[in-house]
Amino acid sequence: MPGAATWSLDEGDYQRISEHLNELLKESNARCALLVDRAGQLLASVGEQMQFDPTAFASLTAADFSANDQLAQMLGEPEFASLFHQGEKESMYLADVARRVILVVLFDDRTTVGMVRLRVKQTVSDLAAVFEEMFSRSASDDLGTQKGGLLDGADDEIDKLFGD
Amino acid sequence: MSMINYASREINCKLVYYGPGLGGRTTNIELIYGKVAPDTRGKMVSLATETERTLFFDFLPVDLGTIRGFKTRFHLYTVPGQVYYNASRKLILKGVDGVVFVADSQLERSEANVESMQNLYDNMAEYGYDLTKIPFVIQYNKRDLPNAAPIEQLQEQLNPGWPVEDLAKQQETPDPYHPGEMLIEQVDGMWIERAPYFESVAVTGDGVFETLKALAKVVLKTLS
Repeated sequence: MPGAATWSLDEGDYQRISEHLNELLKESNARCALLVDRAGQLLASVGEQMQFDPTAFASLTAADFSANDQLAQMLGEPEFASLFHQGEKESMYLADVARRVILVVLFDDRTTVGMVRLRVKQTVSDLAAVFEEMFSRSASDDLGTQKGGLLDGADDEIDKLFGD
Repeated sequence: MSMINYASREINCKLVYYGPGLGGRTTNIELIYGKVAPDTRGKMVSLATETERTLFFDFLPVDLGTIRGFKTRFHLYTVPGQVYYNASRKLILKGVDGVVFVADSQLERSEANVESMQNLYDNMAEYGYDLTKIPFVIQYNKRDLPNAAPIEQLQEQLNPGWPVEDLAKQQETPDPYHPGEMLIEQVDGMWIERAPYFESVAVTGDGVFETLKALAKVVLKTLS
């Protein structure tokens, strides 16, 4: 692989992901749930509107998870599949999904970490199935003729965008 | 790992500013933050030490315009320069779509530049990425200083070129940014390719946007 692969998220994927996340919120009584890819890009968020910058939050989440991955390896563990950060009022629980995406759940004292952990397990397995399918679709697109798709033949437009 | 989000109509790409300590990576990002319209940039995040040295990374999301109804969002990251921060430096390269190597032009930083470039190759290779195959540009910073090395010398040290094995690519390709120079050419019977390079004075902004635009353009073209 010469570089990192490209993949896409379509409206159907987004809807399926949102359904799983909403289900999780309903069952765990958490405040909000976000999905972030390992490169730090925010893919989806549902639940209460948070008072922070979601893009910055996503990049820090990915860095947090990556740093902990390395710590796990130093301890001889292949990974820490989940992380828990406890605050006075607000806490967050992070879980790996299919080694490609991170599920972040924010919750307060209306629920417990035990409840969140329990519900996250099911959501992780549901989301893993969605992502496996998405990534295998992207991989087969790369091999086939649909590569790029959206930006096919957009070279002139790209030149124009950058003032050439 | 560029991501096309059809739900939010965004193309997201990750660009990393790499290079030796005190070379000007953070200055590049800060300048971009200061110059772009506030509605086209997000919050800048810096994980720095008390002495303002990058500890983990600086992060800035910027929108560079719209193509086919999709916003082009570039996530700019810098890595810490000091040798001993290699573990965190490597993490930032995960999923990278394009790299800027910010070299310090000062003669006495020549060894640090070479060491950092080698480190970049090594860290990329550990992820299975090949620097000669992904969008990559070099910025020679601090061109205003009296002890700046000549460009020819920096090019020889940091951008000597890599062999072009793909027969289809073996043809003279002019450097669009430097008339009279070539990005791909035959040297002593061998085809070599060099990364595009830019001269800059990041503190004043000279060359900063040229570098960013050139890289962003190549990244988008790899998707087209």
